Amino acid sequence: MYRYDEFDHTLVAERIATFRRQVGRRLSGDLTEDQFKPLRLKNGLYLQLHAYMLRVNIPYGCLSTRQLRKFADIARRYDRGFGHFTTRQNIQYNWISLAETPDILAELASVEVNTMQSSGNCVRNITADQFAGRARDEVEDPRPWCELIRQWSILHPEFSYLPRKFKIAVSGAPVDRAAVKFHDVGLYLRRNAAGEVGFEVIVGGGQGRLPYVGLTIRDWLAKDDLLSYLEAILRIYNLGGRRDNPQKARIKVQVNALGIDEFRRLVDEEWAQIKASPLLAVPAAEIDRISAYFAPPAWEQITDEAGLLVRQDAASAAFAAWRRANVVAHRQPGYAIVNLSLKATSMAPGDLTADQMDAVADLADRYTLGELRVTHRQNLVFTDVRQKDLLAVWEALDKLDLATPNIGTITDIVACPGLDFCALANARAIPVAQQIGRHFQSAAALQDVGELSINISGCMNACGHHHVGNIGILGVEKNGQEFYQLTLGGSSGADASLGDRLGKGIPAAEVPPAIEAIVGTYKQLRNPGERFLDTYRRIGLEPFREAVYGPDAGRRREVA
Amino acid sequence: MDPAGQMVLANRLTDGRVVFLAAHGGWVDDIAAGALAPDASTGTALLEAARRDEGRNVVVEPDLIKVRQVGGRYEPVAWRDVIRAAGPTVRTDLG
Repeated sequence: MYRYDEFDHTLVAERIATFRRQVGRRLSGDLTEDQFKPLRLKNGLYLQLHAYMLRVNIPYGCLSTRQLRKFADIARRYDRGFGHFTTRQNIQYNWISLAETPDILAELASVEVNTMQSSGNCVRNITADQFAGRARDEVEDPRPWCELIRQWSILHPEFSYLPRKFKIAVSGAPVDRAAVKFHDVGLYLRRNAAGEVGFEVIVGGGQGRLPYVGLTIRDWLAKDDLLSYLEAILRIYNLGGRRDNPQKARIKVQVNALGIDEFRRLVDEEWAQIKASPLLAVPAAEIDRISAYFAPPAWEQITDEAGLLVRQDAASAAFAAWRRANVVAHRQPGYAIVNLSLKATSMAPGDLTADQMDAVADLADRYTLGELRVTHRQNLVFTDVRQKDLLAVWEALDKLDLATPNIGTITDIVACPGLDFCALANARAIPVAQQIGRHFQSAAALQDVGELSINISGCMNACGHHHVGNIGILGVEKNGQEFYQLTLGGSSGADASLGDRLGKGIPAAEVPPAIEAIVGTYKQLRNPGERFLDTYRRIGLEPFREAVYGPDAGRRREVA
Repeated sequence: MDPAGQMVLANRLTDGRVVFLAAHGGWVDDIAAGALAPDASTGTALLEAARRDEGRNVVVEPDLIKVRQVGGRYEPVAWRDVIRAAGPTVRTDLG
């Protein structure tokens, strides 16, 4: 993992000292709320329904056990005993005190964690494939490039007051596990015809009120040109992005208004002027220095344990179900990648108690070389578990309620905090996720349904990424009541697509039966081996609409 | 059910917690101790007092909300305000 050098420590310490002074001035009244708000947002501090919420960066989802234990400590001492992992690989605390925030930031800095630019109109946390450096299908590890981009973007003097937030994701594999096409800039590490590794650059993706699938602005960019090209994109956005209307201020609006060809022309024109700048060069020595932090760990030279695992599967159907759903092949023989499901219905999706955090850290030290990942689907990952330890890991995770065998299935639900916590929300998301989770509990049912993503957002801002769920659920409010609009056919992968609206919103109690009807229709009409998404793309919306709303949808109560 | 009146709800500046303007002019955590404005002019006066406290950096974003009486207790009318007053519906231990 990346470790702070002296420069990083100094930067973070100075930032905390500045923010401590700013908090003091706010509490004394020297700063008004209007003056203070952009400052606290740049340090990841929101004012929500119940208290302040602090968003903590977990750069490209990589976490050490030392950091996870500090998260537990913060949860106990400064919050209410839990934290929430988000769709941008961050952690959020919901019960923070403004007066205590500088102390919290200092505690986080002691384990090389910070909240800089986790909010505000600037470049946010860089996100990546949660299996980076470990997946068998990887072309190249994206993490060194994520770290390079992070360093380039933090306190960038030109890009600290962008028209709006700016999100970048990087994937190093052809299977997109980072939702690259739904970021302001997305990067795929790819080989060109000559076999050289470089970047396909995607621009203008996003969700929210105006969802767009990102467009390729450059098929292949040499690694040496990464920072200068990103700089050119950000400059064109900074100059031309709309500042007159926050709802239209993202780069996706600019790209779609201009068209990708004109946007590309503007970027190339700018890039030609700055491409050779030594300030934007990517020195090989610096990349080597950063890459060294992400070198593969000292894996044992062991072989796969196929026979052992087959016997263990036979001895325990529950272990077999978990291994089938939650364990992924590792590039190193004898090892496995383990997904920890944070989707037990006893908790909100993505939540972990302080006790669970400590227990997970202990397990990670024992079984996975002290490192974890956070996924944008609100789960955790153990990256380096020996196959012969899988049974022991499963037993331990099961005791912690973190072994639900549901990764990538219908109960692996992504949900934003919604109206239970968020000041922007119109409706609750967590109870809907929990109701669906309770409705589809059997492992056999999960396996029968197969790959199916559900994403729930409590408002149009789409922090639950509902636009890209195979089934998306958007909470809306009408006349003081909560209703839920369903969409079908979204995908956050390389085959990116936005969901299609199924029909009018339905009350919360009707959502699980509606999902049941949708799943039933899929099972009835699917071809052998077809995922839900494939069946939907083949047969379209109508069979599902009829299943949910009946043949005469006009008889249903009119809701928003 | 008609609203019983209005109360002023805000976030306390120091810790962000939801508080209600009390009859004695201070701020309280419990809606039961909130000052009830039975009519519009009283509501306006309460909100003005709250804004003065906002200017004195006691609270942030004061809001005049409708409340009703349910089983002897006051309860906000709007669902959002119910959640703000009582805590998240998914963690009733944290209200």
